[in-house]
Amino acid sequence: MSAPRGDGTREAGGDGPAGALRIAAAVRAGERSARSVVEEALSAVASGDSDLHAFVTVTADAALAAADEVDRAVAEGRDPGPLAGVPVALKDNLCTRGVPTTCASRILEGWRPPYDATVVDRLAAAGAVAVGKTNMDEFAMGSSTENSCFGPTRNPHDRTRVPGGSSGGSAAAVAAGFVPLALGSDTGGSIRQPAALCGVVGMKPTYGLVSRYGLVAFASSLDQIGPFATSVADAAHLLGVIAGHDRADSTSLPDPDPRPDFAASVGRGVEGRRVGLCLELVEGCAPDVVARVRRAAEDLEAAGAEVSEISVPEFRLGLSAYYLIAPAEASSNLARYDGVRYGLRVDGPDVAAMNTATRTAGFGPEVKRRIMLGTYALSAGYYDAYYGKAQRVRTLMVEAFARAYRQVDVLLGATAPSTAFPIGERVDDPLAMYMSDVCTIPSNLAGHPAISVPYGAGDDGLPVGVQVLAPALGEELLFSVAAALEAAAPAGGGPGAAAPVGSGGPEGAGR
Amino acid sequence: MSGTEWETVVGLEVHCELKTATKLFCGCANSFGDEPNTNVCPVCLGLPGSLPVLNEGAVERAMRIGAALHCEVHPSVFHRKNYFYPDMPKDYQISQYDEPINVGGWLDLPDGFRVGIVRAHLEEDTGKTSHLGGDGRIHGADYSLVDYNRAGVPLVEIVSEPDIRSAAQARAYASELRAVLVAVDASDGRMEEGSLRVDANVSVRPAGSDTFGTRCEIKNLNSLRSLGRAIEHEAARQVALLESGEAVVQQTRHWDEAAARTVPLRSKEEAFDYRYFPEPDLVPLAPDAGWQAAVAGSLGLLPAQRRARLLALLDGAGDGEVSAAQADQVSAVVDQGLDDLVVAAVSGGAPARLALARAANEVAADVEAGRRLPVADFTKLVSMEGDGKLSASQSKEVLGELLGAGGGDPEAIAGQRGFEAMSADSVVAIVNEVVAAHPDEWGRFAGGDQKLMGFFVGAIRERAGSSFDGKAVSAELRRRLQEA
Repeated sequence: MSAPRGDGTREAGGDGPAGALRIAAAVRAGERSARSVVEEALSAVASGDSDLHAFVTVTADAALAAADEVDRAVAEGRDPGPLAGVPVALKDNLCTRGVPTTCASRILEGWRPPYDATVVDRLAAAGAVAVGKTNMDEFAMGSSTENSCFGPTRNPHDRTRVPGGSSGGSAAAVAAGFVPLALGSDTGGSIRQPAALCGVVGMKPTYGLVSRYGLVAFASSLDQIGPFATSVADAAHLLGVIAGHDRADSTSLPDPDPRPDFAASVGRGVEGRRVGLCLELVEGCAPDVVARVRRAAEDLEAAGAEVSEISVPEFRLGLSAYYLIAPAEASSNLARYDGVRYGLRVDGPDVAAMNTATRTAGFGPEVKRRIMLGTYALSAGYYDAYYGKAQRVRTLMVEAFARAYRQVDVLLGATAPSTAFPIGERVDDPLAMYMSDVCTIPSNLAGHPAISVPYGAGDDGLPVGVQVLAPALGEELLFSVAAALEAAAPAGGGPGAAAPVGSGGPEGAGR
Repeated sequence: MSGTEWETVVGLEVHCELKTATKLFCGCANSFGDEPNTNVCPVCLGLPGSLPVLNEGAVERAMRIGAALHCEVHPSVFHRKNYFYPDMPKDYQISQYDEPINVGGWLDLPDGFRVGIVRAHLEEDTGKTSHLGGDGRIHGADYSLVDYNRAGVPLVEIVSEPDIRSAAQARAYASELRAVLVAVDASDGRMEEGSLRVDANVSVRPAGSDTFGTRCEIKNLNSLRSLGRAIEHEAARQVALLESGEAVVQQTRHWDEAAARTVPLRSKEEAFDYRYFPEPDLVPLAPDAGWQAAVAGSLGLLPAQRRARLLALLDGAGDGEVSAAQADQVSAVVDQGLDDLVVAAVSGGAPARLALARAANEVAADVEAGRRLPVADFTKLVSMEGDGKLSASQSKEVLGELLGAGGGDPEAIAGQRGFEAMSADSVVAIVNEVVAAHPDEWGRFAGGDQKLMGFFVGAIRERAGSSFDGKAVSAELRRRLQEA
């Protein structure tokens, strides 16, 4: 794999020379060694990431050892797995045995998990090679990857701009061509929104499809791990590897029989599919974004889908419900960072003072804000008015989706209201930052799958993502529609369109 | 208010550690007394990214407790109870809140008094903190150490109605509940190891009042003795306050066993806001009817039923009223799990009172050995004693050997020890021989020299060896004297 090209041509993802499927096929056939693939990825990171800062930890030695193991399997005629030799990046909230897992927070300073997340195990079993851990908003709280104790990640398309977040490091690593695949986590849009802003495919699976064991919790009832890729086909393959029941996660869904073949759904087309262009999912979005979504609807119609406009007014309630439920769960999930057992400890005269000093020093401002919001929302006398009411909204949301899916098979909308915004623009305006997730939150509240597909560029030349939403366990449907969109997508903004490393990129004209 | 008669009102919360092989939400061993922090894993240490998986065995034991207490099993939900404490790895406890697994029910005390049960819910235990330096309390300690072996051990908290009216009744409740928990195999019942921990809600009111007084919750009651003393002292403290015109303040208080008093821990205003909310990492628990029926059907006999069964055997034996001492023996034998042995012995033909006495005294002295003792051996021994083949002291000695050896043939052991009763013929024969061998002594004896009784008995004992039966020999000697 080479460093990202600056020729503006769109690389054909899974079928292109750097696509995950092509790499795995070559490695499995013995045409390329996993070691050479991984060495190229590591050298691309080494030469390009000081500028982007997509990675917070690079595990070069372990990656090369894993690559050699894949090569050994090939040489000995053993099955090296469906993702043999494919380099992957892991968001730094996925536990990796012996490798620092920080959630981009000072409070986890020095902590090395004694175990691997289930998805990390499954990737390794499939022959994929983890090359490092990616930057993120602290504890996945944010939409720009600026809330990181390591400093921000930059957007490969324009280094003055954010990559989105919270999985901005994973999105940037794929967009920059460092790796063909990455994992992120999506609680309110943290995979799809950075995928849109970085011009890659990003997908949030149905809640319970992918085990959360080893994902450091932000909001347990909303968190879901999902893939980043340069193509829909690659994303589907990666999901196929990480999905499936896990005894270690009680909220993990049982495996259907037969198990779905996500990759096979990619080529199914959209003939006769009912697509609802959802008005609430373009409402308030920048005109160039809206224009791309409308173009996407036309393209799907041209490909044989039945497109109609649909309104789901309940989606407008999503943001406020989300900002009660997610902080409430977070306030509890983050209580354990108390300085007693691991991570940062700032000593004090007694345990309570030590807890306070540790948490004061260890958490950044956005995390503290959400812990306070959540603690308040759960406190005696306010529970019903806030948390209870938000849960009722969540029920309404599920019912609203159900009504919509009686009329259409999938919903179409924007992923994010705008293209990538300048670094620093929204750091002092939390509400403006929260609005970045307005189109993605409904799927999290309902536990449904959704995907962001690059759809050309906005007026500023930066990537625009179009979002497809499907009912629970509608992944095959989702991938088939996403693949049709991918095939029709206009040039620009997509994978491979990132500016050459070190060039500085366009200066955000037109915003 | 002086001169008012006061009534004590008590409700108890009993925390019972379940006797499962593993913890409530992970596969770590549930084992007391191991090296600190050896039975731990990412889940029970609350490491980032770890998730709980509910232990089916713990649910089953909780349902057994519910069935024994006549509760209804309800679909239930786990909640998080949020507060900061260093021995709680996640800084929240997974517990059940407004939708517990067991709802309603009762426990009948041995005297027939019925105490209502509000609920019996599942939750996880915390770790254990040791404060070092200072006076061993958290304040003033130099440093603290935490052992997380206990963190995540399954607990069932059993909450009674405020039906209890005295310290003695509270002790009887706790004692009977303990017996039930052991009987249904939910708990090992070891209060001294913390397997059972009791909090008491105590209030007082003028006798005859139908409203409750302000209550205080007393913690740190580690024995039945502490429970009784703490309730007595707390009730007296509250009465003294009220009689001097002061009010009782709702508080959580700590029982100081050494000082024999309760001291305030925190007031209602300082009470934690636990911010309960449904645990999103677990799914609702709804045992189906089949499982519930299987659990209820596997309960076996409860202590009250076991006591009734033994009393019926004593009654049916037709040898008189059951004495108070025998009723105590019945309770003791049931508490120690030796009642099955007695019942089996009686059905094998052994006399009931004798079987009960041997079980309550000799077997109870070594309960573990008693559980290994083959029923047939015990039955045979008690029957031999009942038939007069062994004296009481001989029977106890043989039983001691049976317990030590894990069983054996009582007849053979009695034989080895020379406990075989002499047959009537052999007594006559030996007496004849001895009399014939000592004609002068016999003459003096027959002439009234009672001192020679000892001489003849000694000579006969020497000849008879191990089968000597003093009672039978002296009877034969007296018979011959009369003939002479």
